[in-house]
Amino acid sequence: MSQIPADLKYVSTHEWLRSTADGSLEVGITDHAQDALGDLVFVELPEVGREVTAGEACAVVESVKAASDIYAPVAGRIVAVNPVLIDQPEQVNQDCYGSGWLFRLVPASSAELTALLDAQAYRDLLNQGA
Amino acid sequence: MEPSRNTPSPPLIFEQGAPGRRAYAQAPAATAQWDDLPLHLRRAEPPCLPEVSELQVVRHYTRLSQRNFSIDTQFYPLGSCTMKYNPRACNTLAMLPGFLNRHPLAPAAGGQGFLACLHELQEILQAVTGMQAVSLTPMAGAQGELAGMAMIRAYHRARGDHARTEVLVPDAAHGTNPATAVMCGYTVREIPTDRSGDVDLAALKAALGPQTAAIMLTNPSTLGVFERRITEIAGLVHEAGGLLYYDGANLNAILGQVRPGDMGFDVVHMNLHKTFATPHGGGGPGSGAVGVGERLQPFLPIPYVLREGETYRWAERADCPETIGRLSAFMGNAGVLLRAYVYARLLGAEGMARVGAYATLSANYLLARLTALGYEPAYPGRRASHEFTLSLKELTTRTGITALDVAKRLLDHDFHAPTVYFPQLVPECLLIEPTETESKQDLDRFVAAMASIRDEAVQAPERLREAPHHLPVRRLDEVRAAREPDLRWQRPHATPTDNLA
Repeated sequence: MSQIPADLKYVSTHEWLRSTADGSLEVGITDHAQDALGDLVFVELPEVGREVTAGEACAVVESVKAASDIYAPVAGRIVAVNPVLIDQPEQVNQDCYGSGWLFRLVPASSAELTALLDAQAYRDLLNQGA
Repeated sequence: MEPSRNTPSPPLIFEQGAPGRRAYAQAPAATAQWDDLPLHLRRAEPPCLPEVSELQVVRHYTRLSQRNFSIDTQFYPLGSCTMKYNPRACNTLAMLPGFLNRHPLAPAAGGQGFLACLHELQEILQAVTGMQAVSLTPMAGAQGELAGMAMIRAYHRARGDHARTEVLVPDAAHGTNPATAVMCGYTVREIPTDRSGDVDLAALKAALGPQTAAIMLTNPSTLGVFERRITEIAGLVHEAGGLLYYDGANLNAILGQVRPGDMGFDVVHMNLHKTFATPHGGGGPGSGAVGVGERLQPFLPIPYVLREGETYRWAERADCPETIGRLSAFMGNAGVLLRAYVYARLLGAEGMARVGAYATLSANYLLARLTALGYEPAYPGRRASHEFTLSLKELTTRTGITALDVAKRLLDHDFHAPTVYFPQLVPECLLIEPTETESKQDLDRFVAAMASIRDEAVQAPERLREAPHHLPVRRLDEVRAAREPDLRWQRPHATPTDNLA
């Protein structure tokens, strides 16, 4: 069974979000997603400063099986990306909730945040699909 | 008995040479006339080329070619690729000196036979797809797609309908479809697939609107099932003011049975190298001919062949001022088009219907036999088209054996592997396309191999996980190959000058 930390928020397209001290949101992909993709060989990250809308494709992760878009879970502005992933995409497989984070964004409004899934709701979603 | 190719790999051709050794038969004709090249563009030292004898060259490449998996040597059920037999007659006729020695810039008066063949091919493809007009000029499938979507864009622009910025693409589509839409400046909106493998009609209705430029569909879809509500979909899209693009990747399934034009499509591209049996799979020349209905006819890419009485000529911009223009310097891959033409003439209308029927029969036979062995179809109860999807999810959960392990083990049984992990919608997916040119005996041999692999998955899974066992190289580390590609041979004890060469 894949790990779903209780302190994070989730979206149905298998991204997670974590609130950081500076008010931005850290975004990555879930354990379920990295397991389904298999070993990552390439990660393409958005430009810092880019404005994204909720659900907009803004990054790409590629494994030997498939290339998949990563969607912005909420609207906002990209303020940081994880530079380590350029040379070490395997960090996403090894520690998807930690050193394998993808980018940070400052949300455009707090309204969207209430619509995010909590750990239990995301677990239910995975169970439905299985 | 398992066939073995487990002989040691020969050294690289660079490692077989000796300084000063030459292969005169393969060497380019010597010329010392470089005077017209500016000095700064000329290299200071000769390039680092292999220095080998003629026999070494012949032996080296013959041995490499014997290690290939190919249509001429193996069953090749690579789903979505239509790896059918390429009749030798097509090759023989396309190699006639009159075709082979024709210069692409020769005047039309000197190539009436060639132009007549291409014109007839255009007419055959119109008849097969139910379209009004055909241009043979796209050089490959992806360029055919680009031409199709560029025509759709030109159509909306010509009507001043600039609000149409979105293209709908089902989530099962080939990756080239969204890529093409983006190349044409469109935003892609994904339409989900329902549980039976059809387009989710409710989601389609919700997505349609005045912003819809087109929908791109493959029918049968990449899941190997026929989209049953295609006429309803066509009605909905047209009602919203959008057009329908038909990706011809799976045309083999319906050849001579049902026509995209009758389903309501406005433009189709055809992979002649697949459906019309020209050699492909090596990244070599292809043909992505496009056919259009009345609405898109003014925008066809040039040149295409026009007939005026008994003479033929190329259509140019003056004939069709609204054309999307040229896609390459000439007119497509002439050799591929000629082979496709001969293939179509050999088959005739009756033969084409047999292609569709037998491609589908082969796939359904394999599906039934493999299901009886315990393999699980991704869409149980759905009839296969020319190909079908199996999901090995249950086997993976039970034994840890993945689709990749099964594919690698098939190589040991002397079969080319099916497509794996596509479509992505299907977990642990095998996409199997036998084509119409395989005999029942060969299909049965494949079933026997799949039965043995299934037994092995339970009884000796480690043997599967380490496959292939009988090929020159064992299981490759695909992850490391992608992360740390090593693409360049370096001469041992290389000096800085060698690196430049």
